[in-house]
Order: sequence, then C-alpha cells, then structure tokens
Amino acid sequence: MFRFLRVNMSTKKCSFEPVPEEYAGLGGRALTSTIVAREVNPICTPLGPHNKLVFAPGLLGATNSPNSNRISVGCKSPLTEGIKESNSGGQPGGHLAKLGILAIIVEEMAAEGEWWQLELSMNEARLVPSNVGGLNNFDAVAKLVEQYGSNCSYVTIGRAGEFKLTAASIAFTDRELRPQRHAGRGGVGAVMGSKGLKAIIIDPTGGKNHPLVDEKAFKEASKRFARALTSHPITGKGLAEYGTAVLVNILHEAGGLPTRNFTVGRFEGHEAVSGERMNELTKKRGGEGAVAHGCMSGCIIRCSGIFPDAAGKFKSKWPEYETLWCFGPHSNIDDLELICTFDHMCDDIGVDTIDVGVAIGVAMAGGGIPLGDGEAVLEAMKGISEGTPLGRVIGCGTATTGRVFGVRRVPCVKGQSLPAYDPRAVKGVGVTYATTPMGADHTAGYAVTANILSCGGQVDPLKKDGQIELSRNLQIATASVDSVGLCLFTAFAILDVPDALPAIVDMLNAKFGWKLTGDDVVTLGQRILSTEIEFNRRAGITEAADHLPDFFTDEPVAPHNTTFDFTHEELKTTFNWIDRK
Amino acid sequence: MSIEIRLSTTLRDIVPGYEPEKGLRAELAPGEENVSAALLAARIGIPDAQIKIIMVNGRQSKRETVVRDGDRVAYFPAVGGG
Repeated sequence: MFRFLRVNMSTKKCSFEPVPEEYAGLGGRALTSTIVAREVNPICTPLGPHNKLVFAPGLLGATNSPNSNRISVGCKSPLTEGIKESNSGGQPGGHLAKLGILAIIVEEMAAEGEWWQLELSMNEARLVPSNVGGLNNFDAVAKLVEQYGSNCSYVTIGRAGEFKLTAASIAFTDRELRPQRHAGRGGVGAVMGSKGLKAIIIDPTGGKNHPLVDEKAFKEASKRFARALTSHPITGKGLAEYGTAVLVNILHEAGGLPTRNFTVGRFEGHEAVSGERMNELTKKRGGEGAVAHGCMSGCIIRCSGIFPDAAGKFKSKWPEYETLWCFGPHSNIDDLELICTFDHMCDDIGVDTIDVGVAIGVAMAGGGIPLGDGEAVLEAMKGISEGTPLGRVIGCGTATTGRVFGVRRVPCVKGQSLPAYDPRAVKGVGVTYATTPMGADHTAGYAVTANILSCGGQVDPLKKDGQIELSRNLQIATASVDSVGLCLFTAFAILDVPDALPAIVDMLNAKFGWKLTGDDVVTLGQRILSTEIEFNRRAGITEAADHLPDFFTDEPVAPHNTTFDFTHEELKTTFNWIDRK
Repeated sequence: MSIEIRLSTTLRDIVPGYEPEKGLRAELAPGEENVSAALLAARIGIPDAQIKIIMVNGRQSKRETVVRDGDRVAYFPAVGGG
C-alpha cells in the first residue's frame, strides 16, 4: 500500500511509484531532507524548475498514536537559499498517510501565470486547472469545499505564494476546514507558487490506518505515550488552557521578551497580549471561541484555541506566542484584537507570521512604518495581498525589509528571522539560532525548556555553561521527533517523563518490526542534521554562516545587560560528530 | 520592607482579586529578616506544590532564596509553549 507520488508540473503527469529501497524507514523531516539532498541540485535557483517541493507525513502517521499526524514540507528555501523543512498540523498529514502516500514530490514548473490543483484520492492523482487562482486561503478553501466536499482536506497557497514572496507559507486545513495551520517558515509557499500549484485536495475515502507488525504491543505503547502526555502539566493542561501565548509573561519576567526590535528585553504592555488575557477573553465571550482545541485528529494536547470577537464570532485562531510577540512587543503594539486581526490576515494571505511580523518591527526601526502604529501595519498587511511595493517588501520577510529600509539591527540568521527569545537573555536558543541548518529557528533546538521553563533540567539562561551541549542534544532529538510526525510539543513530556521516549521507540518497533533503542533515535537525528548541513555546504552555506548578527555581541540588553558572547570557534563545536574541514 | 509579587496563570486564581497589571505587594515587618521566597508564597496562600518556577528580579531562584527590600518575586506553575 505504500508509495510515492511524483507530480510533474510541466508535463502534468502524476505517477505513483514504489518506495525506493534507500528511503525505507524514513518519514517526515528525515524523508523530505533525504529526498531534497538526493534529487535537488544545491546550487539551483529555489524558484526555478530544478527545485522540488516534497510533502511527507511522519513514521507514526495514520496510527493510533497521539499527536502523530503532522506533515513535513521540504525544498531548497528561497529565503535561506539552504535546505528547508517546515512542518505543520492540520488534517492533510493524517489523510496522506491513510492513503499510503509516504511522499509527494512536486517537480518542474507549469507555464507562467497558470494555476493548477492536484486532486488526490485512493486510486487516482491528477492535475486539473485551478478555479481558485487569485484567491486567498479562506476564500479558496471555501470554494474548493463547495466543489469537493467537507470530507476532504486541503493544502493551499494564498496571494503571497502566488506572488512568490519569500515569506509565503503553505496552509493546511484543520478539522473545521479552516486553512490556518501552516508550514510557515522558509518561503515554502513561494516554491509551491513557482510550480504553478495552487491547491492539493486530498480525499481520504478508502484510506486506512497503517498495518502494525505487533498490534498488541503498539496499543500498549501508545497508551503509555498518551499517559505521559496527559500526566505532564504542560502537555496535559497548560497548553490547552493558555496556548503557547502563556510564554509572553514568563519571557517578560525573564527579560528575554525582545521589545522594539531587540533593544530591550521587557515590554510594559505585556499583560494586554498575554496568554492569561487571551484565555480570559475567550471564556468570557464564548460563542465560536474555544479553549482546548486540537488542530488535527489524534491531538490530545489541544493548544490551538479559537479567539472570538466581542460578538462571539470567529475572529482568528489563537495566535501563537511568536505571533503575539512580533506584532506586539517587537512592534510596540499592545492591542490583542489588532494582533488577532494580523494573525488571521497572515493565515489568509499565506505568510509566515514570524518573518512578516518581525519585518514589521524592522520596518518601524527603519522609518518605513511609524513605531507602534497599528493602522499603518494594517495597511501594510493589506498591501501584501494587493501586491503593493511595501506589501511585497514586507511579504519577502525580515532580511529583505531590513535591507530596503537601511536598518542596523536586522535579527536574521541565514536570511531567516529570529523568533521571540532574545539570544542575549536565553543563550541556549541563541546557539540554536546561530547553528541550525534551517536559519534562525527556535523549534530546531528549543533550549528555552531548560533555560527558562525548568523542563528537561535547568541551565542558567544568562551564562554560557552547558548551552552548546543543550542545543546540540535538542537539535538531534528534534530532528528525530520531526521525522516521526509527532507534534514538537510532545517534547515537554519526552524531556520530563522517563517512559515517554521508550514508549515512542516501542511504537515504532511494534509498527515496523524493528529493534530500535533510544540510541538509534540519536543516530537518526544526527544523520538528518548531517544530510542537511552537507546540502547547505554544497549550496555555498558553510559554517561561516553559523553566527548571529553582531549587534547581539556588541550591545547588552536590559534588564540583565548581557550580550551573546559565544565565539565563532565555540559555536563550531555544536555539531561535534561532523568533520567539516 | 516592600516586595513586589507577580503570579502567573492558575496561581492567579488562588489569590482573590489579583490584578494582573498591578501584581501584589507584601510588606515585611521592620527587622524581619531571612524571609525566603517559599515563605513569602506561603504567606499569600500559594501552595508550594503548585509552584514550579520562582524568579527573583528576573533570575531563576531557589525556594530558600532570601528576599530583600525592593525585590520583584514572580511565581509560575509549570508552563510551556513554543
């Protein structure tokens, strides 16, 4: 039942292929990165015909494991010019897995100006001219649902993807058919746009869960994993009640909440944009709002709440912490309603909330948008969809915006913007930003756990001691988690509950008949990172690029007045199993 | 001697009338020394078992850390996101 689907946008040929031997046992990020490394020339133009766009569910997709239906998207990134894996929740990951499709590989390009949509069902895949070109994600999906029905799930790009803006995202519908779970980072939406692919419609009819070599053992291990998640206070309760927005107040307290483009680590208006406030308003307004909402089938963490407007109507999903931060403190805005509007616009137009939100604050630093002016931001955001010059600049993300406005402090690594943790006050995540092959990305090695949250041990966030080792271990573990199809938030339980990782390993063994141990998970993670780093090297991105912009080493940040004081030589020791000479 | 106290998420529900924008103030009697962060929490009725993280002036601190005049002390249950 397992196969790859290869889609040629030039010839319009869609062919199912047996899974080649060399890809056996790979899923999610391990699979997308291995396919990209083997099939894509690292020096190709990211928005040209030689790049490929790969979608892959994880190894535990289409099973009864909790939280295992995420989907990975891989390609050469037009934002970083290096390899990219960006993953998302929503329904398509589970649906693809149920159809037995381990990867979709989209190659070549349609003629300029043509939009196509891929219809995918159990026995057929075909490209047809798209009738939703020119529409943003919500209108596009509404129209597709009229045509294909509510049983399907949908993968789309908005106008930003059509314009091939380098912060464009790919949207995946959630359980209520809202296109608001995104593969956000790295401009993957621009690659989909460059191919002329507007939408993928996945009909799961006839799909089924994957066969298990040892059903009984799987069931037992899956129960243990579920127990680990529900017993941990963060995955069992905290995330459902407050979303990721719970971090606003704790990062403010720790002095690591980057404010007004990384000039200070605390924001006086933090309460107004906090998880506590979002929870309170959502409960008070009721209506279509929701606390404890899951974005994909099988999720028991349920962090993706729904924010209602004053009349109780749907306004946006709960913005993630990073979104609240970049449109909030980073841009000197303390208006939660407005930030929710921006979040929804990002979902609709199809852009990465982080790279675009950080671009807004950087434009403010360069005088392109007045500091803290929410109305001006609203106009700039509309401009992304309308294709105005300012909209296109912002839609290309932080690095482009910083160049256009002549900004001294442009918080990017390898062309991708830093997320919501000041690396001078949370040094472990700074090591991750500097070194991950993805460009600045907190999820690649989330050292905020031990630095701030006392999860998986404690490492002083203001000191250098132990940070490189912490980042290394988390980057390795994350690469594995991303390959299994698990939501990264399961990591809170994995770090603290001793039985969580063994339960995952036992599920993999019971599904595939393997004899993996915990050590093999480390080896897998290292192998993925090695593959990605080697692709980047061949693309011209060497370890010389593994550093932060120098304002982080030059300028202490209040309240702790620390700098990011790792030397380049120290950072080079992060991937200590690779000989990079 | 005056201490500023900040509470997070569920800990706010324990203290009636907690105002997030203001936080709480604790006054220690003159000459009262060696008040730990844990003792301060107990005085405002926060059960120790519900506290995962304590920050004194933005630095992670142990339960036995002695608080001083003008300190800002924040208590958190287990929280996480990303």
